[in-house]
Amino acid sequence: MAEIQTGGGGKGKKGQPKKINVRVDFTPMVDMNMLLLTFFMMCTTLSKPQTMEIAMPAKDNVKQEERSKVADTKAITVLLDANNKLYYYLGKPNYTDFTSLKEATYGGVDDKNSFRSLLNSRNSVAIEKVKALKRSRDRREIKEDFYKEEVKKIRNDKNGEVVIIKPTDKASYQNLIDVLDEVAIAQIGTYAIDDVNKGDQFLIDNLKSKGTLTKNSQVPAAPTTK
Amino acid sequence: MSKIKPKRKDTFIDMTAMSDVTVLLLTFFMSTSTFLPKEPVKIASPSSVSETKIPESNIMTILVDKSGKIYMTLDRKDNKLAVLEEIGKDYNITFTPAEKLSFVNQANIGMPASMLQKFLDLRPEQQDKVLKDYGIPSDSTNNQLKLWIQHAVTVNSDIKIAIKADKDSPYSLVKSVLSTLQELKQYRYHLVTSLAQ
Repeated sequence: MAEIQTGGGGKGKKGQPKKINVRVDFTPMVDMNMLLLTFFMMCTTLSKPQTMEIAMPAKDNVKQEERSKVADTKAITVLLDANNKLYYYLGKPNYTDFTSLKEATYGGVDDKNSFRSLLNSRNSVAIEKVKALKRSRDRREIKEDFYKEEVKKIRNDKNGEVVIIKPTDKASYQNLIDVLDEVAIAQIGTYAIDDVNKGDQFLIDNLKSKGTLTKNSQVPAAPTTK
Repeated sequence: MSKIKPKRKDTFIDMTAMSDVTVLLLTFFMSTSTFLPKEPVKIASPSSVSETKIPESNIMTILVDKSGKIYMTLDRKDNKLAVLEEIGKDYNITFTPAEKLSFVNQANIGMPASMLQKFLDLRPEQQDKVLKDYGIPSDSTNNQLKLWIQHAVTVNSDIKIAIKADKDSPYSLVKSVLSTLQELKQYRYHLVTSLAQ
């Protein structure tokens, strides 16, 4: 194909041009093409960014009774502070006992003190259920659609855990994403992002000063439900 | 007796056909690939385990950088033009066809409305330079971001909103964008993240 035969037969007469084989070697070109091809394939598939879908609550017109539906035993409130600090309390805030607010880390399951371990132990039933579903899906016992449907059901269980995320203004965006990740890993479907109120800030300050604020009776009045 | 010489085999493989195939594939990938959108500021998105991909089209991206500058991109050109006209009405600016074209070709929206016309008269290279120092004003007294989003949403009601913020940007900046969106009754967003390593 890529060769041009010039001249006559092998035993040419004197004076006739010699047979030149102008065969072009295409191998380097193929190499180069493959390289470009790989580059374009990589760029198109890998450059697409991942996203996380979230829904925010409406700002107004939310009735009071709709707001306080969360059972106290199921609520975990997470406060995100500056310098990658994470605090949490379970149920209602307790302003008199500074140890009710606990500090956690962003570490993995190996870290006993991490937020993931906390959610793991709190939501272990749902996590186990999802794991079992995943196993049967991997063994092709159930279909992908059914799996997704079931996981959705588990996540949106009415009696499941509820995480309320309250990032302070000093927290970074990465902190928020990290916590949203943890919530997703722990198969918790109900979560909300809220603003830090005075009471929450008090809890953080109280923990930092090891309860001196409570002693000085600076306890904020009624816990403002926001 | 003459010896029987084994016939010499030619080991030359003709690569022409292979080269044809690769060029064909190359052309295909080049024509189908969409290039990374040009961004005026460098934004490192936070890592996450989420594997959902961003929607293909019909998307409005709000960029929030570390220092709080806000930019906006719209992927559909017809929407862009319509939004520009709406903004022109709000601020009593009539844009010339050349300015409209310049606006459509500039990937990012990120100028205060008062300076928009002057900005669009610049050459594209200069525009990119200038854009770095500005951003859409979004403070409470002059919330132009709200106007832009509002028009984008009215022009195309199916538009999806993606928020791309830097991982180091303080939450207060993101919060202000989120509350602006909430005021406009937009409650579903895509937070752009990159896959955790």
